[in-house]
Amino acid sequence: MGPIVIAIGAMGALGLGLSVILGVASKVFYVYVDPRITQVADVLPGANCGGCGYAGCSDCAAAIVEGKAPVNACKAGGASVAEAVAGVLGVSAAAAEREVARIFCKGDNSKAERKFRYIGINDCRAAMLVSGGDKSCSYGCLGLGTCVANCPFGALSMGEDGLPRVDDEKCTACGTCVKVCPRHIPKVVPVSQKAASLCSSHDVGKLVKEICEAGCLGCGLCKKACPEKAVEVVKFLSVVDATKCTGCGKCFEKCPTGIIQSLVFNVV
Amino acid sequence: MEQSWFMFILSAIIINNILLIRFLGNCPFLGVTTAMDSALGMSAACIFVNVLSGVLCWIFQKAVLDTLGLEYLQTLAFILIIAGLVQFVEMVVQKVSPALYRALGIYLPLITTNCMIFGVAVLNIREDYDFMHTVVYSIATALGFSLAMVIMAGIRERMAIANIPKLLDGVPLGLITAGMIGLSFFGLAGVS
Repeated sequence: MGPIVIAIGAMGALGLGLSVILGVASKVFYVYVDPRITQVADVLPGANCGGCGYAGCSDCAAAIVEGKAPVNACKAGGASVAEAVAGVLGVSAAAAEREVARIFCKGDNSKAERKFRYIGINDCRAAMLVSGGDKSCSYGCLGLGTCVANCPFGALSMGEDGLPRVDDEKCTACGTCVKVCPRHIPKVVPVSQKAASLCSSHDVGKLVKEICEAGCLGCGLCKKACPEKAVEVVKFLSVVDATKCTGCGKCFEKCPTGIIQSLVFNVV
Repeated sequence: MEQSWFMFILSAIIINNILLIRFLGNCPFLGVTTAMDSALGMSAACIFVNVLSGVLCWIFQKAVLDTLGLEYLQTLAFILIIAGLVQFVEMVVQKVSPALYRALGIYLPLITTNCMIFGVAVLNIREDYDFMHTVVYSIATALGFSLAMVIMAGIRERMAIANIPKLLDGVPLGLITAGMIGLSFFGLAGVS
C-alpha cells in the first residue's frame, strides 16, 4: 500500500501544483486578445501562403482587425472570404475586383534572340547571375520557370515556346510570381483589363528590333491611335491604363510588332 | 568530475552533439530548417527552455523523487514539468515581451514535444551531474542543437535553388543530408 500512496500523492501534488501555477499565471499574465482576431482567422483560408504580405493567416487577421489591412487583404480567398471577414467585422465588403497575373513578355524562343547557351541551375534567378541572363533582351522572360515552380496555387505552367502561361481559374493574384521573378515580368492586373502592352523592355526601338521580334519599340503609334488616351509611352515602353481602356482595339491594329494585345480575346 | 570544463562543453556541443550523435529532437531538425530565420528562432527558444527545464527537472528529481524513492516515475514527472513549464513560459513571454513572443511564439508550443528537452533532463540525472554541470550541460547541448540546426538550414537553403530529382526533393533529401552531417560528426567520436 505504502509506495502506491506515496506515488499517487507525489504525482497528484505535482499535477495540482502545476495546474495552480498555470491557473494563477493565466490570470496574472493575461493579455487581452481581441476576440475578433480569432473569428477573422477562422474565416481566412488558413493556408498561410503569405500572399497578403503578412507572416501567416493569423497575422493577417490581426492586421485586418486593427485596420492596418483591408477586409479583402486575403487575395487567395477572393470575394467570398472578403465578404465573410466583412461579416465578422460588421462592415460591408467593397466589391474589389478580382485580379490575375499576366506575363508581360511575348519574346518566346522563336522571337527573341539569346546571347549564349545557358547550362546551369534551372532557375531564372541563377541564370540572372551569369552575365545578366542568356537572353539578348535584358528585360525579357528567361523561361526557366521560377514563377511556375513557386506558384503556390499551381496556376502557372511553362509553354512549349518558353513562356509561362497563366491559368485564370487558378490564379489568385497572390503576387508570388511577381516577387520571385528576377525581372518582374509577371504583373498583377484587374481581370477585366482589356488591352495590355505585353512587353517589359525599356530599350530603345532600334535595339529592340535587332534582338526581339515581339518587343515594344516605343514608337507611340498606339498612343496616337487611342481615343481614350489610355496609353502612355514611358521610357520606350507603352503602358495601358486599365481604368481608361475600353477595349476598342484601335491600338492592336496599329502596333507594328503586335505586342499590344487584347487580353479578352487573346488570353496569354 | 575528472573532465575539464572545456572538454565537457566541447563534448556536449560537438563530440556528442544531441541532434546528430544522440538523435534527439529530430522533428524540428527536419521541420523548421527550410529557412534560416525559423531555424534560428527555434534554436533560441530551445536554448531558453532547455536550460529552465533541465534545472527544474534536476531539482525535482533530487528534492522529491530521490527522497521519496519514486525514481521510476521520472518519465511521467518530467513530461508534466516540461509541459507545464512551456505553457508558463509562453504566458510570461506574451505578457512581458510581446516582441520576443512574436519571434519565438510559434516555436514555444512545439518545444513541449521536443525529445531533446526531455532527453537532456534525463541525461542530467543518468550521468549523475551536480547542479553546475546540469546548468552547463543544458546550455551546451542546446548550443549543439542550434549548431546543427544552422548547418542544416544553410544547406537546405542552398538546396532550394538546386535542380533536385523529384523523388528526392523535400524530406527524403533532408533525411539523407541529416545522415551525412551526422556521419561527419561521428568522425569526432572518442575524442576526449
